Amino acid sequence: MEIKWYLFLSLALFCIGVIGALTRRNSIIVFMCIEMMLNSVNLLLVAFSKMHLAGVNAFGVEMATSAQIFVFFIMIVAAAEVSVGLAIIVMLYRNTHSIDINFLNRLKN
Amino acid sequence: MNAIQLIYLVPLLPLIGFLINGLGRKSLSKTLIGIIGSGVIFISFCISVFIFLAVSKEGFTVQNIHYFDFIKFEKLHIPFEFQLDQLTAVFLLIITGVGFLIHVYSTGYMKEETPEGFGRYFSFLNLFVFFMLLLVLGGNYVIMYIGWEGISLCSYLLIGFWFKDHENNDAGKKSFIMNRIGDIGFLLAIFWLLSLFGTVSYHDLYNSQNGFISLITNVNTTDLVGISLLFFLGATAKSAQIPLYTWLPDAMAGPTPVSALIHAATMVTAGVYLVARSNILYSLAPATMTVVAVIGLATAIFAAVIALKQNDIKKVLAYSTVSQLGYMFLGLGVGAYSAAVFHVMTHAFFKGLLFLAAGSVIHAMAGEQDITKMGGLGKKMKVTYITFLIACIAIAGIPPFSGFFSKDEILNAAFASNPLLYALGLGGALLTAFYMFRLLALTFAGKFRGTPEQEHHLHESPSSMTVPLVILGVLSAIGGFVGIPEVLVGNGNKIGDFLSPVFAHSASILGGHQNPHQTEIILMGVTAILSIIISLWAWKKYKGKTAFAPEANTLARVIKNKFYVDEIYDFIFVKPYRSLAGFLNNIIDKKGIDGVVNGVGRSVNYGSRQLRLLQSGQVGSYLLLMVIGMLLLFIIQLFTK
Amino acid sequence: MLGTYFTFPELLLWIPLVTGVAAIFIKNARSVKRFALISSLATLVVSIISLCFTDIAHHPEYFYYNNVSYVWMPYIGSSFSVGLDGMGFLLTFLTAFSYPLIFAATYKTEWKNANAFFALMLLSQAGIMGVFVAADALLFYFFWELALIPIYFLCSRWGEEKRIQATFKFFIYTFTGSLLMLVGIIFVYLHTPALSSDSAHSFSLNAFYHATLQPSQQDWLFWLFFAAFAVKIPVWPLHTWQPFVYEQGNYPAVMVLSGLMVKMGVFGMIKWLLPIFPAADEKFADLVIILSIIGIVYASCIALIQSDLKRFVAWTSIAHLGLMAAAIFVRNSSGLQGVILEMLNHGINILALWIVVDIIEKNTGVRKISELGGLAIKSPVLAMFLVVIAFANIALPLTNSFVSEFLMFNGLFEFNKWYAIVAIVGIVLSSVYMLSMVQKVLFGKLNTLTEKAQPMNAGHKIVLTVLVISILVLGIYPEPVIHLTQGTVTDILRSVIVK
Repeated sequence: MEIKWYLFLSLALFCIGVIGALTRRNSIIVFMCIEMMLNSVNLLLVAFSKMHLAGVNAFGVEMATSAQIFVFFIMIVAAAEVSVGLAIIVMLYRNTHSIDINFLNRLKN
Repeated sequence: MNAIQLIYLVPLLPLIGFLINGLGRKSLSKTLIGIIGSGVIFISFCISVFIFLAVSKEGFTVQNIHYFDFIKFEKLHIPFEFQLDQLTAVFLLIITGVGFLIHVYSTGYMKEETPEGFGRYFSFLNLFVFFMLLLVLGGNYVIMYIGWEGISLCSYLLIGFWFKDHENNDAGKKSFIMNRIGDIGFLLAIFWLLSLFGTVSYHDLYNSQNGFISLITNVNTTDLVGISLLFFLGATAKSAQIPLYTWLPDAMAGPTPVSALIHAATMVTAGVYLVARSNILYSLAPATMTVVAVIGLATAIFAAVIALKQNDIKKVLAYSTVSQLGYMFLGLGVGAYSAAVFHVMTHAFFKGLLFLAAGSVIHAMAGEQDITKMGGLGKKMKVTYITFLIACIAIAGIPPFSGFFSKDEILNAAFASNPLLYALGLGGALLTAFYMFRLLALTFAGKFRGTPEQEHHLHESPSSMTVPLVILGVLSAIGGFVGIPEVLVGNGNKIGDFLSPVFAHSASILGGHQNPHQTEIILMGVTAILSIIISLWAWKKYKGKTAFAPEANTLARVIKNKFYVDEIYDFIFVKPYRSLAGFLNNIIDKKGIDGVVNGVGRSVNYGSRQLRLLQSGQVGSYLLLMVIGMLLLFIIQLFTK
Repeated sequence: MLGTYFTFPELLLWIPLVTGVAAIFIKNARSVKRFALISSLATLVVSIISLCFTDIAHHPEYFYYNNVSYVWMPYIGSSFSVGLDGMGFLLTFLTAFSYPLIFAATYKTEWKNANAFFALMLLSQAGIMGVFVAADALLFYFFWELALIPIYFLCSRWGEEKRIQATFKFFIYTFTGSLLMLVGIIFVYLHTPALSSDSAHSFSLNAFYHATLQPSQQDWLFWLFFAAFAVKIPVWPLHTWQPFVYEQGNYPAVMVLSGLMVKMGVFGMIKWLLPIFPAADEKFADLVIILSIIGIVYASCIALIQSDLKRFVAWTSIAHLGLMAAAIFVRNSSGLQGVILEMLNHGINILALWIVVDIIEKNTGVRKISELGGLAIKSPVLAMFLVVIAFANIALPLTNSFVSEFLMFNGLFEFNKWYAIVAIVGIVLSSVYMLSMVQKVLFGKLNTLTEKAQPMNAGHKIVLTVLVISILVLGIYPEPVIHLTQGTVTDILRSVIVK
């Protein structure tokens, strides 16, 4: 398959994520949209590493795999973020009985 | 030569007196303070006499005594040194001699002070004598400058001696500040000398090998005229010449003996000493000589005119001092240096006497200084009256009293230089005769015009005050005989001969043109006769005067108000200075410079307050901004490739 | 004996530094006061001994006497090297001499958190000493900042109402200048020759003097260094922090600031600015001198109408420092000699003036000039001291500053007659404002406020006597000091002219 299809897919996912994050007020949905953006990037990375960079770099490491390691990093960070983020949302719900994201701007006062 | 080795004691003793009286003013008794204060000056006087004798011996050469290096590095070398020559010897005698008499007089005059004030007074007086002696003994201009500013300091302290009254303090402050203006000239002249010759010692500047003499053709005249004019600026302040004379009349706020010592006999003659000391420099700069003569003459006449209408006994004497100093500068300006120094000497006698006698009058009148409220004091105060009379005759220039000889010598030299100077000078001399006899008549003749209590209080002063008066009276009467003109008695001008080595170079530069003998005798006769006539006229006019109407015509009012010079100075200098200060402080500094500085701070504050509004707390807007930012970055990336 | 274990510059540095840190742990206010006084006296003793040991007078060709150097950061060419030349001896002596007097003069004052106060005072002494002894640019910068930090806390924690604002302004001013200098230091460093095999460049003073800088580079580097020093001095128009801080600060901190820290600026200009950028000196000398002369006249005018004694002293100081800044840039021996001497003299005079102002405020409770009057009746001894100090401030002959001002004006006159003529107006103006102040404070009649004035205590009398004696001694016989600093002047001038 050509790379452009992967690109279109991840671009579409990313745009959906951005628009969702910008427009929705439900924090869980916003959260999911952010995850979607992250995953679209992951998809892109995997696709590029598969299609473009075959071979070994100066350190003797296969480059395709080295790029894919970044995907794991992102996934781990995303997982950590999810746990923290969800915890915040739970706390938010407990305090305000709402998960409206605009409710949080009260923090500034 | 022994006395010359002791020369350091001459200034050192008054300094010791200053320290003892100053530090011990609480513990010492008044008698002891008086004895110490006068005693140290007396010992200095005795040493000065021996020094004078040593100097007048045959074969005396100028002595330079080097003590230590004051400033020394690289090329700059300013030693702490003394120079002894005939000019110094004469000034030493005047300062310590008249100074001693005034110290003795002060023990009587200041008797009513508290012991502490008494000690303070005598310590300041001793300090003054110390600085004055330093001034005339110094072997270079920097040492002279030390004395020069030192006497300003003492003058400031003594004018404001009764410091509870702000009028006295203002007068003291004025005297110091005006003298400081002159000091600028003195300092700049020193720097100029240093940059030209690298030295300020007289023996380097004024010997026959190098200094001015060697450069007589090389030094361009701008340097010479510049340096001499700057020195003269210093002299105008110290010796109260136009335009810096206004401090001297105000200085009368101090105790009267102070006025006698500082503002008549010694300090104000420092300017004359400076010019006489630099005579070679001045002789090389004829342009400056003209300026000196013109300013001297103008001051002499101007001050004499003001003195005509003053009613404060000390103010009359103050303007008279300014006027007499003008004569000295006239003498200096026409190259009659020794005549000017001679006049310094006779003036020290008769003006010191006048002030002391005036002090005696004020003492008797319990502080009253207005002559319109006096009159008829001659009967109650015989000694004061007679001595005052002698001084008046002397200052009026009536032969054979001292003032006649010295003033005549100056006028004679002025005639030789330019008859117009003589004519104007003679006019001034006649004014002097007039206002002095007006003062004498109003004070001592006629009926008493004060209150009955004052009349009851009138008394002759104690002997500590009258003895100095008598001594000065004798000196005023006969002091002129050391300078009898050559035309009358061959070799009669002892003082001129004595000082001639100091002015020898100048004489050869100026080439001295003298009047024919006949002219000289005629001039002398004219001066003497006119002075006598004017004196008698003034005496007649004022001796029976009882009523004093306010001045009717405008000119008289202007004169009475001293031509409003103080007011004009106030308007031109003091007020603008104050408003400039206010403007700089409030507008330029607070609003301008600090405004800019604070403005920077404020704009940072303002900017961050505006930027803070972006932090709305809306997560959505943050995200939007983030996306926009990323898009912008992409676009930039695209277009900058 | 002493020299075998320690060298004088190190001792001068370590005593205040170590005792300063130790002072934090002394909780008792009285003992920490005594501790600080003893520590500062110890520093003074070391300084006096160092002056006795110095043979710089006989060997003015040694620019650096007592130079020691330890490995510090060899890979960037910076070493912990300290040393003293004639000017350094003089300024470390001034620092060592001032602190005991400051402590003694304010001995009766009670401070909140006395341990912190005295610790900071001693640390500031260490910082100032460090600036004067440092022979390495990085070390110099380090101490330059080290001196600033304690003063920042001293001024912001103890003082008048608006002290925070004032100190903040001061800090921003000086810190901006310092950062600019840091940039300059790094740039010059990158153009220095290597002095050892460890690194390509060196921070040592000597390397800085031999840096290869193009005139065009010097042009802007000059201003980077100048900014740091000019703010400290302060050169007009960078002065606005000074009256404000002096007004709001507490007395000991202000004494340190005006007596010593402003000298850091002057010192920096002479040692770290003039010799490094000779071409730029030449180019900008006139501009700096004109600014300084404007400062003299400007500050003298403003001083006249100040109503607050502390602000008054601040403005007089700006006027005096203006003359010093001008005299630095005339770059001749008379001017430089005068400046170095004036650093000592001004330090003594202004310290004395502050002490008198402090006494007046303590004894009467006011420091508004217009509310005072007649103190000479109540306290003749104080009046005597103030009169002597005031006349020392206006450079009356036989007081110390006459000699230095004479030399500075002479240098200025050699450089350009007209500058000298304008600047010398300052000596008239100085007598105007000083005498007006003296008159309003001391003379006249007593009023309700001054009637209740306390007499001076013995401690103050001793401190002021010491100061007045040093004023007179330095005024009558300045030659030893001139002799001491001659080598510095020659050396600075050599590097200014050779390159």
